[in-house]
Amino acid sequence: MNIAVLTKQVADLVEGIEIDASGRAVDRDSIRYILSESDDHALEEALLLKERSQAHVEVFSLETGEVRDGLCTALAKGADRVVMILAGQETPPSNHAAARMFASVLKGLPFDLILTGVRAIDDLDGSVGGLLAGYLGLPYVGLVRKVELVDGAATVEKEYPGGFAAELGVKLPAVLGIQAAEQPPRYVPVTRLRQVMKTAQVEEQEAEPASEEPVSVERMYKPEEGAGAAMLSGSAEEIARQIVNLLSERRVTR
Amino acid sequence: MGVAQVPSIPETPGPLFPELASAEEKFRKCIQCGVCSGSCPMGEAMDYAPRKAVKMLLEGRFNEVVESNTPWLCVSCHTCAVRCPSQLAISDGLFPALRAAVMAEGKALDQDLQKALQNTYLYGNPMGISPKKRADWAKTAGVPVPIISQLRRPVDVLWIVECYPSFEPRGQEISKLLARILNALGVDFAILGHEERCLGDCEWLAGERGLFEMLIERNIEILGKYKFREIIMTDPHSYRTLLNIYPALGGRYKVKPVVQFLAERLDQLKPRLKKKLNTTATYHDSCCLGRKTNHYEEPRLLLRAIPGLKMVEMVQNRESSLCCGGGASTIYLDRFIQERMKDRLADRRVMQAAATGAGILAVACPFEPARFEDAVKLTGNEEKLVVRDIIELLAESMEVQ
Amino acid sequence: MSNDVWVVAEHARGQLSESTLETVGKGRELAHATGGKLVALLLTDDERNQINSLAAADLILLARRPEFREFTPEAYGGAIEAALKEAPPRLVLMGSTSVGLDLLSVLSARTGFACLDSCTRLDLRASQLLATCQIYGGKLFVEVALSSATTLVAVVPGSFAKPADQPSGRPEVRELTLPADLPVSRITFHRLIEPPSGDVDITKVPILVAVGRGIQNADNLPLAGELAEALGGAVCASRPVIDQGWLPLTRQVGKSGMTVKPKLYLALGISGAPEHLEGMKQSELIVAVNTDPKAPIFGAAHYGAVTDVVELIPMLTEEARKQGLKKAS
Repeated sequence: MNIAVLTKQVADLVEGIEIDASGRAVDRDSIRYILSESDDHALEEALLLKERSQAHVEVFSLETGEVRDGLCTALAKGADRVVMILAGQETPPSNHAAARMFASVLKGLPFDLILTGVRAIDDLDGSVGGLLAGYLGLPYVGLVRKVELVDGAATVEKEYPGGFAAELGVKLPAVLGIQAAEQPPRYVPVTRLRQVMKTAQVEEQEAEPASEEPVSVERMYKPEEGAGAAMLSGSAEEIARQIVNLLSERRVTR
Repeated sequence: MGVAQVPSIPETPGPLFPELASAEEKFRKCIQCGVCSGSCPMGEAMDYAPRKAVKMLLEGRFNEVVESNTPWLCVSCHTCAVRCPSQLAISDGLFPALRAAVMAEGKALDQDLQKALQNTYLYGNPMGISPKKRADWAKTAGVPVPIISQLRRPVDVLWIVECYPSFEPRGQEISKLLARILNALGVDFAILGHEERCLGDCEWLAGERGLFEMLIERNIEILGKYKFREIIMTDPHSYRTLLNIYPALGGRYKVKPVVQFLAERLDQLKPRLKKKLNTTATYHDSCCLGRKTNHYEEPRLLLRAIPGLKMVEMVQNRESSLCCGGGASTIYLDRFIQERMKDRLADRRVMQAAATGAGILAVACPFEPARFEDAVKLTGNEEKLVVRDIIELLAESMEVQ
Repeated sequence: MSNDVWVVAEHARGQLSESTLETVGKGRELAHATGGKLVALLLTDDERNQINSLAAADLILLARRPEFREFTPEAYGGAIEAALKEAPPRLVLMGSTSVGLDLLSVLSARTGFACLDSCTRLDLRASQLLATCQIYGGKLFVEVALSSATTLVAVVPGSFAKPADQPSGRPEVRELTLPADLPVSRITFHRLIEPPSGDVDITKVPILVAVGRGIQNADNLPLAGELAEALGGAVCASRPVIDQGWLPLTRQVGKSGMTVKPKLYLALGISGAPEHLEGMKQSELIVAVNTDPKAPIFGAAHYGAVTDVVELIPMLTEEARKQGLKKAS
């Protein structure tokens, strides 16, 4: 069983995010990159499958942000091989272009499963997993929270609103968009991470250039501060009193 | 009070117990007297209390100890260490090594602890707040709080504020009061602001040796950029680490806790302590200011200097003080511990404070206001007891609130 | 070029979903303003109940097959792809939902049509169609000109109001002829997994105390429980809290969770990512508290305050008890 995990670096919202002078794009200097949260879950699910079914796990990432750190973390967690895909361009690609590049590298390789996060916070033109499946002609299921391998096929649980889920059977090879792994992503002690960083073999592979820009952004803007809401101010005690007064006046609790 | 013994943890993680190998040599000196287990406030909840754990380790029964609940129940109160006739570093050495062994094995960590460690790795604080916001509290301090990088000159005193006093709401309020006290005393001070990072006490004691080393490297580099005569610290955990552990790793500084710094200025302080507080207080010796660094008298000197404030002692005080139950990263393991222990240490401690009849439980550690206040409510002492930091009491008497 | 707007109809357990009805309303407005038709694409095993809900459509393209009873991505995707290639419309709208997200990107790759996700607004300005999408958890809005001949757009549920009244006429229903060589689906439906039962049904509780990342750790959850008790309500949460295992799945609000419309939604330490907002923004009164004044939740709230919730919650509880707020039961 061969599993490919596709990961992506996205802006860390804890550090904030700014719009550049053009008003149409994110200011990349304002960004600190971290691994996309659902990709972290995709990696965890792959590692769980490795532990359960002796799968071989390879992690691929485009060369944006702190990709080397992310790939080393994957190795430290137990991935068998990590590959940085050289995109040959400065700006991070659109998801269409990213999926084309992943497809050019993965095409013809003997992967049974390709896992990726179901969505990233900066997805605008669809998701990499679905696009890749479309380009490679593979089946795709997203919002997956559980994967089991049964007789060369996958049985997956896909989430629906209201706490419902569907169990689906998927013929392999297939692409799955992971919403959440069966357990929270594991911790890597820094000692191990640093050791891996010193010795890691991060392979590099060129992708066929893909530059399609299917989305024409007119403008980008931040929501107004406290937009919509009437803001209460004061100390925490004063705020508590105002909120409770409000509920009392509006008789919401009666 | 020498440099604590930290068993060296080899670079390469791998077969389960190299982390413990160096500890093993030292622990051959154990005479199995059992003082550690008898003194351990958490011993009753541990699968194997310290004496038993040491015995098992020496017998080679590593797996059983590492897989038990024992590694995660030490609150690092240090009572075992100060009482051990063989002077073994049980809380500073054995327990971090046990935890490191658990992590090296890739075993799942408690999610709250994992989150705190990950946040500290990414942002330099366990809360996961951007380091850019570290000095935000100072904006509403009402007095100048200079940031050293902006001063462009040496300062007399560098104040390392640390995580809880920088980010936690009650801690921020206490930091503002301290800033006002320092201003009133005319102290030439500055803070590190956005360059400050966690000093790593919790991470070290949690067994996250690599993260601790990373923080040390970064902090030594930052501190090396600036000139100052001495460092003062609001967090006793960090103070203890900077005092006892950093020197062995290349970071030597003149460092003191805020209570000592202020006690040295009692003559200057006293005329400013104008308002009578007319109450009785009992002081909780935190483990890091007490057993770990022997600052028993300065906090009491400061409290006694406050007009109208009477001091009473709890049944366990000074060397025998009872821990609040939050050291060595167990502040993130409250739920794990609660499932294994009937009454929490903070609750027991608050009961001791209430028994003195004091109206105020005075503290000097930023973990404690929140922990003890919670315990005050849980034990039904809300009408009787308030938890106040010494800084808050001084500020009130100085009328700089 | 056609100015038609298509809406991919979603249904679950026999019922058309609310988000489909919202999208049909908006799609009809846009189609009519540009001289096109609103076409509902309905893949089902039994259209009888569903067609009545689609009265606002001008035309229903119907594909009826037993395998369309439950959604499976490939069977649905293959049929829609064939229909799209046959007569491409101006706009294809679907939900940014578990169904829509499985179709959007695959269809875009298969047809070459542009696609957009997380759309919360659609405007027609000087005969230019504009979509506004929320990215970075709602912290940035992007306005995109839909300049391609055909664009596929996934709309966040709750973005558009459901039309108050249905047009009286009956839309034309046309059977969709699917090509005979449609590939066999490699994805099969096994079974539906019901939500765990036995817990409080948060969709039926009039007062919800909702907690998010700002609650910091599990030890603070009992504080929220006490507040809910004092107000006579229940605790629910955003995804991060559920993922930590601090509360059961039955308490999750938002995508993959519940959609709630309580009398009071008290959002504590929730930043307000679109995935969360879609599940609660129709609440009667929303009061949000967060340390970040820029948190998107304030865009959906009626009242807001910037402060630390861990500190605030016990104060709210105390104040609520003092004022005797709890519903007399």
